[in-house]
Amino acid sequence: MTLEKKRRKAVVDRSACVACGCCVKVCPLQAIQIVRGITAQVDTETCVGCGRCAKECPASVIEIREVEA
Amino acid sequence: MKKHWYDYLWIASLLYLLLGFFNILFAWLGLLCFFIPLLISVFGGTKGYCNRYCGRGQLFGLLGGRFGLSRRKDIPRWMKSKAFRYGFLIFFFVMFFLMLWNTYLVFAGAQDLKQAVTLLWTFQLPWHWAYHGTLFHPGVAQFAFGFYSVMLTSTLLGLVTMVLFKPRSWCVYCPMGTMTQLICKAKNGTNP
Repeated sequence: MTLEKKRRKAVVDRSACVACGCCVKVCPLQAIQIVRGITAQVDTETCVGCGRCAKECPASVIEIREVEA
Repeated sequence: MKKHWYDYLWIASLLYLLLGFFNILFAWLGLLCFFIPLLISVFGGTKGYCNRYCGRGQLFGLLGGRFGLSRRKDIPRWMKSKAFRYGFLIFFFVMFFLMLWNTYLVFAGAQDLKQAVTLLWTFQLPWHWAYHGTLFHPGVAQFAFGFYSVMLTSTLLGLVTMVLFKPRSWCVYCPMGTMTQLICKAKNGTNP
């Protein structure tokens, strides 16, 4: 039997992101940043999928998804 | 998290609206909210203004967040569409140039100074108490009334969407935000 590890991560819909930076301010791990004024980008190594950014995002373009670790 | 000096810029935004109530000429200071984001995006290639310094965003975040004056619902899909965002930017631009045209007419002597603040591009509010004459041309005051109208209107729209949706819903369709993002895209290429 293989153990499948699933982790929760924030995923940004980049095409709809307005790059306002609200998510950056609430991330407790500084795992999300605005790249060159275009979109937010999640550092998947650091993100633990707590969902604070998704809750804060005024455009609601961040989703918490289960991904294979 | 450690607070920085720029985390208190919401006070400046609030002060701006208050000062314009007493002396309309303070409205000229609002140009800072136009030029600083543009300069940061043109020369820095970032939305550093939105991300850090925007006092208005902070004010909405505070009122809708800490004070709880927000339903915290998702913004409707159409409001975050590119069509609406770009459309609103164009509309804002047109109204802005119309305001500049009115200022020009006062400068040229073709029109008298209107001591009123226009809310939502439609409703004329009396605002004469904030004008005490000026050493400058009345056109200087006309621009101030016009600019204050822009700022008050956008604050009002921002407050309404703050209550209806998430605290900083204004950021989704803020014309300055849309414009600086477009500049960053043009400067950095669409793919980050």
